[in-house]
Amino acid sequence: MSYIIAESLEKTFGNGGAAVNAVSGISFNIAPGEFVGVMGESGAGKSTLLGMLGAMNAPSSGRLRVDGIDVYGLKQEQRADFRREYLGFVFQSFHLVAYLTVIENVMLPLAVTRRAGKQKRAMALEALSQVGLADKADRLPGEISGGEKERVAVARAIVNEPPVLLADEPTGNLDSRNSREIMNMFQRLNATGMTIIMVTHSPECAGYARRILQMSDGRLVGDGTPADKN
Amino acid sequence: MTLKLISIRNLMRRKGKAAFILAGLVIGVATVVGIISFVDATTHDIAHKLEQYGANILIVPRTENLSLTYGGMSMGGVSFELEEIRESELVKLTSIRNARNIAAVGPMVLGVVPVDGRRILMAGIDFKAAGILKPWWHVQGGLPDENGVLLGAEAARVLNLTTGDSLVVNDRSLTVSGVLESTGSQDDQLAFAMLATAQRVFHKPGRISMAEVAALCKDCPIEDMVQQISEALPGAKVMAIQQVVKSRMEMLAQFKHFSYGISGVILFIGGLVVLVTMMGSVRERTDEIGIFRAIGFRRSHIMRIVFLEAGIISGLAGVIGYFLGMGSARAALALFGEGHSGHVPFNPGLAAEALILALTLGLIASAYPAAMAARMDPNEALRSL
Repeated sequence: MSYIIAESLEKTFGNGGAAVNAVSGISFNIAPGEFVGVMGESGAGKSTLLGMLGAMNAPSSGRLRVDGIDVYGLKQEQRADFRREYLGFVFQSFHLVAYLTVIENVMLPLAVTRRAGKQKRAMALEALSQVGLADKADRLPGEISGGEKERVAVARAIVNEPPVLLADEPTGNLDSRNSREIMNMFQRLNATGMTIIMVTHSPECAGYARRILQMSDGRLVGDGTPADKN
Repeated sequence: MTLKLISIRNLMRRKGKAAFILAGLVIGVATVVGIISFVDATTHDIAHKLEQYGANILIVPRTENLSLTYGGMSMGGVSFELEEIRESELVKLTSIRNARNIAAVGPMVLGVVPVDGRRILMAGIDFKAAGILKPWWHVQGGLPDENGVLLGAEAARVLNLTTGDSLVVNDRSLTVSGVLESTGSQDDQLAFAMLATAQRVFHKPGRISMAEVAALCKDCPIEDMVQQISEALPGAKVMAIQQVVKSRMEMLAQFKHFSYGISGVILFIGGLVVLVTMMGSVRERTDEIGIFRAIGFRRSHIMRIVFLEAGIISGLAGVIGYFLGMGSARAALALFGEGHSGHVPFNPGLAAEALILALTLGLIASAYPAAMAARMDPNEALRSL
């Protein structure tokens, strides 16, 4: 049973002769609970594809279905609700809000939900515990290390327990030890049933995934296991 | 975690920008409050002075003759000897509908008398009422008793008389009790005696030539009072002296319009300050807004954050602007108020208007930046995706 169905996704930037196909007719299915790595050289269209999967970048043509929902058939505000309920994002450069404390950053996705303040805090503390940062809840992002910032970003992505986690080069700014920690964390989350789609350049990180989508020039040129890639 | 907390935290972080927006709004609101308070206090003060000082209704005998004077030049035909008013009739003024608006009634009998071979105009008046009707009088010496006379500055000069001198009028010897300092008015030419004394000199017991009335006219319709007095004294002609009041009020109205124009310009500039600063702030927060959108904030949530920030600053600006405006008005009144006490009372209505003005201005000026923030494409905002 497929949870995410991408049908002939295409993204073109520009018009006429200046048009560039960033993603050209990609189709794939992802089952619930899969851990998928998206690999490819720079400019292959990985981030554009992740933007489309993240309901933030409407395809020029094609269709994306998640849990039976035609994502780009939704209106703008409905897509925002969809992102809140279905997706968690982890960005390469953390993108934490500098003036909010660690726990407030983690609580951000809950800010527009109708939960009580205490419940929001409890959920955020639980997410921080999962990434081992409960003791740094009241610090500002400027007061913690890069690895810790990435873990806060992960806690923020999982705080509302979304079924899908999207990660764009989550270890791009981290050393190897912190990278391993993040990847182990992803594996633990995946083990709980969370579907993870991770864009990465790193073969080591890709090794943690159970399936690799290989892209080149906007096309899907490979779909297999990390072992296949090797 | 709420949208309000995000707004407050952002304001706390960007204190400089918040202070700049606050200053823009405070200046606008304080200017409006200051001007309104100043104009109101001045209007009130002028009205109060008008209530207290000077005659503003004149009662003269009805006559069919036309006045033959122009610009102080008399061509004869003075008609005050034709038909005087009975002094006792003035009692009727106490029963008109707006009687409580009458501060003083000054009866006056006029006559020409020979003094040392010259003819002078003598006026018999009620000196007690004159204290209210002619507050600008400054007497060197004292007020006359029934055997005395008070000379106008010019009359004293022409007759070469001073305090303590005597003059004979119609076989009555009167002592000069004092001399009026120059007033620049026709009073300088006259000799003033007590009403009863003058009536005896002119052989007009119980008669008066005219009466001056000081009406408390701020809230009273002076035209109505003229009508009421005319009805009470059908044999008299009643006129309102409105020129001074009108010209002062017109001047104040012009100042009011000019001030409101200036306030409008300052408010417009304040609005621009808010608009430009908020737009800069939104641009600076592109990443942050991208995150908010990516994690599921709706456009309306983003707009609410911007409006909350504008609302908090505007509310604060309304309060500060009100008190600053009041302070400015007090300072301006103390400096330029010409005898005004400088007291400007707390006005809850104006305070509420200041708050509403600040909020309206702040929110309107933030509407475009808020829409700009809400329209931001999360994918473009977060270049990493």
